[in-house]
Amino acid sequence: MSVPSDAQAPEGREAPEALDLEGAFRASHVGEVLERLERELVGLAPVKSRIRDIASLLLIDKLRRAVGLSSGAPALHMSFTGNPGTGKTTVAMRMAEILHRLGYVRKGHLVAVTRDDLVGQYIGHTAPKTREVLKRAMGGVLFIDEAYYLYRPENERDYGQEAIEILLQVMENQRDDLVVILAGYKDRMETFFRSNPGLSSRIAHHIDFPDYTPGELFAIAQLMLVQMQYRLSPEAAGALREYIDKRRAQPHFANARSIRNALDRARLRQASRLFERRGGPAITRGDLETLEAADIRASRVFLEPFGGEGPS
Amino acid sequence: MRITQGTFSFLPDLSDAQIMKQIEYGLDNGWAIAIEYTDDPHPRNTYWEMFGIPMFDLRDAAGVMAEVSACRRTFPNHYIKVNAFDASRGRESVRLSFIVNRPGREPGFSLVRREGAGRTLHYTTRAYATDRPEGERY
Amino acid sequence: MITASEKSRMKTGAERYRAGVLKYAQMGYWQPDYEPSPTDVLAVFRITPQAGVDPEEAAAAVAGESSTATWTVVWTDRLTACERYRAKAYRVDPVPGSPGQYFAYIAYDLDLFEPGSIANLTASIIGNVFGFKPLKALRLEDMRLPAAYVKTFAGPPTGIVVERERLDKFGRPLLGATVKPKLGLSGKNYGRVVYEALKGGLDFTKDDENINSQNFMHWRDRFLNCVEAVNRAQAATGEIKGHYLNVTAATMEDMYERAEFAKELGSIVVMIDLVIGYTAIQSMSRWARRNDMLLHLHRAGHSTYTRQKTHGVSFRVICKWMRLAGVDHLHAGTVVGKLEGDPNSVQGFYNVLREGHNPVDLPRGIFFEQDWAGLNAVMPVASGGIHAGQMHQLLHYLGEDTVLQFGGGTIGHPMGIAAGATANRVALEAMVLARNEGRDIWVEGSQILAEAARHCAPLKAALDTWGEVTFNYASTDTPDFVPTPSVA
Repeated sequence: MSVPSDAQAPEGREAPEALDLEGAFRASHVGEVLERLERELVGLAPVKSRIRDIASLLLIDKLRRAVGLSSGAPALHMSFTGNPGTGKTTVAMRMAEILHRLGYVRKGHLVAVTRDDLVGQYIGHTAPKTREVLKRAMGGVLFIDEAYYLYRPENERDYGQEAIEILLQVMENQRDDLVVILAGYKDRMETFFRSNPGLSSRIAHHIDFPDYTPGELFAIAQLMLVQMQYRLSPEAAGALREYIDKRRAQPHFANARSIRNALDRARLRQASRLFERRGGPAITRGDLETLEAADIRASRVFLEPFGGEGPS
Repeated sequence: MRITQGTFSFLPDLSDAQIMKQIEYGLDNGWAIAIEYTDDPHPRNTYWEMFGIPMFDLRDAAGVMAEVSACRRTFPNHYIKVNAFDASRGRESVRLSFIVNRPGREPGFSLVRREGAGRTLHYTTRAYATDRPEGERY
Repeated sequence: MITASEKSRMKTGAERYRAGVLKYAQMGYWQPDYEPSPTDVLAVFRITPQAGVDPEEAAAAVAGESSTATWTVVWTDRLTACERYRAKAYRVDPVPGSPGQYFAYIAYDLDLFEPGSIANLTASIIGNVFGFKPLKALRLEDMRLPAAYVKTFAGPPTGIVVERERLDKFGRPLLGATVKPKLGLSGKNYGRVVYEALKGGLDFTKDDENINSQNFMHWRDRFLNCVEAVNRAQAATGEIKGHYLNVTAATMEDMYERAEFAKELGSIVVMIDLVIGYTAIQSMSRWARRNDMLLHLHRAGHSTYTRQKTHGVSFRVICKWMRLAGVDHLHAGTVVGKLEGDPNSVQGFYNVLREGHNPVDLPRGIFFEQDWAGLNAVMPVASGGIHAGQMHQLLHYLGEDTVLQFGGGTIGHPMGIAAGATANRVALEAMVLARNEGRDIWVEGSQILAEAARHCAPLKAALDTWGEVTFNYASTDTPDFVPTPSVA
């Protein structure tokens, strides 16, 4: 949210309508969360801009209420759609923090669940399970991943419907107590919302998470490697770019998550490669922290360019 | 009469907002919150019925308050108390316990005396309400 | 003329055991290099040597006289592992701000003590040595009791946690009152006070230390009337109530008889006075444990030896001994009331009684780290000149696990005893409620009480009567220490 510092009323002017927007922004410390979001997450420009918009809206709403303008209690429930590994959970955590700092939730923690945490196996099992999760999420954000699994139209007596009804009730009646974020693949979420208009109408913000570009995926890999204290040799960097292009074209591609898995496997191969060198030249610190092209190119992605269930 | 068990029985009945603050205090201390109810308020009735198991790992009082409301709806004429349990070593016991619901009319207790030798007396405290079966007392 | 270092050099071999008189330091009771073992009993004394006696020799003398030594060398030492049995003074520090006084640290081997006997421990540590002529004055300031030794005691028969579960009272200090006047009431009138106070809202009432079995009220009569009052109050409130029936008597046989009668009547608590002696206390503790009875100890007589800084035994040591001996309640000061009690020292006593582990805490007079090895905690009792208007201070200084006893503050209430009790209970609950809500009771205390008094006329009357009463006198027993300058 860009708030020009001159938005503040000029000093000395006795204007009752002059409100300290910058002061309120700074006092909320939301800027720090937004900066952190910028720093931690590569790309995702449209998502970040939506988050900034929402934060601005909430801050302005707060100021409006402070001067007695009615805005109606802001609707806060959201849907995050996008392919796996596009940063939905991370953004949800930052969202929880923003809501907390602006005073829209009391505690600011995130409780992430899936269908299994909410829906029971037999009659009478679902309601207590759902309520248990809701109780834990009170004061924070409830993040339901792959929310559409709650709804199984093919089974009339599916207990998911019961969970949805309890959710709806709480989303409507306890808006001060928690914020719900429903997440999953875009197309399936759209179908889900079409069949559950009650849910859909309570979602105030839909945010779509685009897939990462190859360049962004490479940048994500670099960020992960820095955190793990590894680096790529120049040849390995080239190999990784090639890997990313090939992997994206394959099935079950999960964006950042696939990149993390690829790096984990490359670390395994590097370890075996170094271990094989026993008795040979001494290993240096540089050897320990460097991934070589061979560590990447040994992936099955390079061997089976057009087939297979997925990379190994 | 007014039964004065619990931490705050000498104060006017707590409002929901006041109850929330006490629950919040318990949660901030890392205590588990439990709800219990009974229609046998004998001072030595140690085991009130549990309204669900104690709530561990909660962050916010709203979840507990929802259970308090549910318990009040189910047992509007029972005694209901909120307990905060501290599992830390050396305590491992209740740290706070206060009544959040009581019957409209509290008939109280009679004291039965049995005379013994040497002017000794043996005492039995009986709740008038427990003359009737469980569930029909208040 | 021998030099100072020669005087305090430990002699060895034949030279050490030649018949005659040696300095205690030369006999081996001063060992500045000694590294105390984790199983040693440690003691720190405040010593005031006579003019011309150097502090190390005085410390060595204390170590000697409280362990194996006598005034002259005895060859029979050599029939024992005397190096081990000898207590060792290992450190002497000048007392800050008190010229001529020193803190002497002494280590005692665990084998010197009979397991589970306070009488044996005290016969060693304070047995002979306090009358020793080369010292002008001597005070036992603190002790470290090793876990191995603590484990030889059963400790409090009930403990704070189980006491609360038994009473079904949580989250607030308990409330009590001593029946007044402490002497002269007949059994029937005495029970009336008990009934009114308990019905009004107190958890406990109490016999005073010198209520035993006098002509105006025979003990049996008191017990019968008090138990009737307790049960009536229980039925009137639906709460568990108790009256500390003082079973103190001339002989153990008498005490057992009275305690058995209290049990037969269904009392949940009996009381003893410190003056009955350590062995009698341990016996009563054993009886209380066997009979599921709370054991209340009144510290009658302690000020004769705890109050003066230079001579006697600090009350924090008495607290440690009584926790080992095994009592459930012990009077330990109020900070704000009429009896001696510097805030820091009193908090030190409370920590000794209540915590599972005490770190070194010189401002509160705790010289040693103490691990209580899982021993039950003692509920400290605050009694003497306190009233409802001080509730915020009491809660602030003393915390939650304590019995606050308002004797005069209950019975002297202008609207009657039950009203006095109600005033105290309302003040207490309002203060706990406010504290839990996050209010700063230290700052807002008077306001919180005034708010509570709006729906409680008895509290209003109590605040109007005693609101301004304080006992502000300088404490005679304060810890002497120099604060370590904090790193800037």
